[in-house]
Amino acid sequence: MERRTIFPGRLLPAALVAPQLLLTVVFFVWPALHACWMSLHSEDPFGLASVFVGFDNYAALFGDPLYIATVARTIVFCFAVASISMLVALPLAVFADADIRGRAVYRTLLIWPYAVAPALAAVLWILLVHPQIGLLGRPLDRLLSLAGGHWDYKLNGGQALLVVVLASAWKQVSYNFIFLLAGLQSIPRAVIEAAQVDGARGWRRFRTILLPLLSPTLFFLLIVNLVYAAFDTFGTIQAMTQGGPAQATQTLVVKVFRDGHDNGDLGSSSAQSVVLMLGVIALTAAQFRFLGRQRH
Amino acid sequence: MARLELDGLRKSFGATHVLHGVDLSVGDGEMLVIVGASGCGKSTLLRLVAGLDAPTSGRVKLDGNDITRLDPSERDMAMVFQNYALYPHMSVFDNMAYGLRIRGMSKGEIGRRVGEAASLLGLEASTLDRKPRQLSGGQRQRVAMGRAIVREPKLFLFDEPLSNLDAKLRVQMRAEIRKLQRRLGVTSLYVTHDQVEAMTLGDRLLVMHEGRPAQLATPLEVFERPADRYVAGFIGAPSMNFLDGELTGDGAAVCLKAGCALALPFRLTAGEKSVTVGIRPEYVETGRGDLRMQVDLVEPLGSETVVHGRLIGTDEDLVARIPGAVPSGEVMKLALPPQHLHLFERKSGRRILPSQPSASSDG
Amino acid sequence: MRANWLAHAVLCCGVLLFLLPVWLIFAGSTQLSHSIARGELSLLPHLSGLDVYRRVLLGPGVNGEASVPHMLMISACMALAIAFGKIAVSLLSAYAVAFFRFPFRMVAFWTIFLTLMLPVEVRIVPTYLVMSDLGLINSFGGLTVPLIASATATLLFRQVFLAVPDELMEAARMDGAGPWRFLVDILIPVSAANIAALFVILFVYGWNQYLWPLLVATDPRLDTVVVGIVRMIGVESLTPWDEVMAVATLALLPPVAVVLLMQRWFVKGLTEGEK
Repeated sequence: MERRTIFPGRLLPAALVAPQLLLTVVFFVWPALHACWMSLHSEDPFGLASVFVGFDNYAALFGDPLYIATVARTIVFCFAVASISMLVALPLAVFADADIRGRAVYRTLLIWPYAVAPALAAVLWILLVHPQIGLLGRPLDRLLSLAGGHWDYKLNGGQALLVVVLASAWKQVSYNFIFLLAGLQSIPRAVIEAAQVDGARGWRRFRTILLPLLSPTLFFLLIVNLVYAAFDTFGTIQAMTQGGPAQATQTLVVKVFRDGHDNGDLGSSSAQSVVLMLGVIALTAAQFRFLGRQRH
Repeated sequence: MARLELDGLRKSFGATHVLHGVDLSVGDGEMLVIVGASGCGKSTLLRLVAGLDAPTSGRVKLDGNDITRLDPSERDMAMVFQNYALYPHMSVFDNMAYGLRIRGMSKGEIGRRVGEAASLLGLEASTLDRKPRQLSGGQRQRVAMGRAIVREPKLFLFDEPLSNLDAKLRVQMRAEIRKLQRRLGVTSLYVTHDQVEAMTLGDRLLVMHEGRPAQLATPLEVFERPADRYVAGFIGAPSMNFLDGELTGDGAAVCLKAGCALALPFRLTAGEKSVTVGIRPEYVETGRGDLRMQVDLVEPLGSETVVHGRLIGTDEDLVARIPGAVPSGEVMKLALPPQHLHLFERKSGRRILPSQPSASSDG
Repeated sequence: MRANWLAHAVLCCGVLLFLLPVWLIFAGSTQLSHSIARGELSLLPHLSGLDVYRRVLLGPGVNGEASVPHMLMISACMALAIAFGKIAVSLLSAYAVAFFRFPFRMVAFWTIFLTLMLPVEVRIVPTYLVMSDLGLINSFGGLTVPLIASATATLLFRQVFLAVPDELMEAARMDGAGPWRFLVDILIPVSAANIAALFVILFVYGWNQYLWPLLVATDPRLDTVVVGIVRMIGVESLTPWDEVMAVATLALLPPVAVVLLMQRWFVKGLTEGEK
């Protein structure tokens, strides 16, 4: 899309984009290229010199069963977070779109959690599910102990993954709610009325009219949620489990942070970064191809 | 007060030629209407004059000064836009005052000018504090006019200013614009696709067709002596009828497909023998004559009736506008009075001028 | 009627799902730390325990860290600097891309767009290296400046600007407005609602940062409140639960307040911008 009229001049626009461009190149493009370079090199044990090693870092990465397990875990984690938060948000949006009393109040009360920081979501959930102090954790532990089990996400990997998924999905519900509600509101009133005239009501109307018309929004949200689950949940996981117990809740981002920042393994961490970048690029491309198709 | 001259003005966007070279001279205080179908280049022409676009070649002169390269702000012109382009966040007063403030005019002078313009346009004082979205379409139109008036520019540019109004308001505003322009005596260019607007507003019309000026003349002249087949078809409603014809050898008559020879009021000896015969629906006479029309559709308009049909023995359609109610019947007799015929070269579409003018000219 | 009843039931459940955890930390903040640790967390707040907020806000730092007001201040400064910085930088670059033609215009646009695909999370180490080369580790500038580049905000402004009718700019030019006047007098006021929406989104984004401050600021004096809370629950046996919950409540308030106060603009801006 282009404008019909523009201002003349070349120096002014160049000056206007300069700050943004400078920040982008220094803090985004350069580090990304540096990551690519580092991923092809290895430092000697004293960190004094780096040697070109080709794709050795990548080979080591994909030869490492722990890394493969982390990739698989991240994929499961992302889809679990995305689907749970969308499944919870969908009925809320559908009913908040309905013509009922107090609609505006409900909307407000479902929108504010957008503001909760991922790391704070973890703190809230700790107080719910903590085996000793949690409001739900304590009864749950008692219940499980009847069957000879225990509720302790600090020790049990499966339980840890569950609570991290729930806390991450919980934080994302209101984002999905906002978009689904907007999607529902953009469906032309006439279409709904036509469906009413045709006798479609309740569940049938939802399944045959609303859901198909909402599918572009749902796809958009799926991608956004996957990206959120992959990257923005670092704070949630770090605050709740630090990726533990063992590596039960370690996602790719947590691992990059561990290996690169905490352990200083630059080669491997950079290779992981490059793999992640390819992942984001693939997701973004999917999203924009889809949006492009929508427009035509 | 100013005189505008355009000198070989061309505009291309890449390989697309939008304007093929326009020469034009608009006199002091004149209202020149540029009319044409969408895509004919009329808006582009206006934007080149305004300085919103730069021409590919050619020059724009105002009072003899070459202003082709000047910024719009330096041209001393004001423009009224189709969608009014009022600043939505400013009050009516500020909308009108904005251009004056930029020019550093004193507060008192701004207040005086805006007040004058408002009363000239019949805008009440209470309107001045409102935002554009609180106004009706007609009021917005007036504010847009006011914004142009307060500047007291050398040239007014109107870009289809009435097309967003409903039919009734359009007629009313059309008359107001005409009166106002006469009173202020500001040289004006007015772009429209509406031929009624063009006919009623313009001192002269410039009919544009595919980036070229097709005819530049007074409204009546354009109506009575269209320069080519396009102009003939564009001006007038319902459109002029066009029938294929062949000039007889002596150039004194024309033969139609329907088979009859129409005697011409003048003799055409030179040029092409293949012609297009044009006649306006209101001049088609019914109930007598040698032509027969199969009637397809009758549209009674009260004071008159529009009849659509096909000439028997041909594939040519014809429209007739007949005063009063129409006599019933599926086949209708027709006559085409020679003094109302227009002749065009079939290939080029150009009007054929009589080689020896006749006493009874058309119209 | 039955559908209405169902709608209210579902929506109430949703509302509770969000309110309950927040109420819990508020209630918990008023209770005694050791009774919470014993598992006596209750949904009923103890009014007498409201004193914890005075302690937290006036007292020195918990566990010898920076004080809570200081952390809140760092968070607020960071959120505001990021929000205003991103808006300013993105507004200008979107203006240049939408209203001018200049060499490499599309190259510049796509370079900015690229940042969408390069979140901090995927380039932790090299970004840290750049930061330390530039001496930005443990500085407020380091905390904020690198986050100010924004593809999302630039795309949003570009979209908003492209939707501004051509005639509005043409009218301004005919009135004699140059690029700066048009930007300041017309474009910014016309886009005010979008700017407000973006402000909400970016303020929340800035306030909620966790990984970035963790990466570039090890100095406790630069701890944001979010980083501070996670640090406070680090050693669980020593965790002063009532204070953690009080700080968590305080940390929640500003972004939630911003979202609620500017709810209408925010929802519109968010959904229109990202599509």
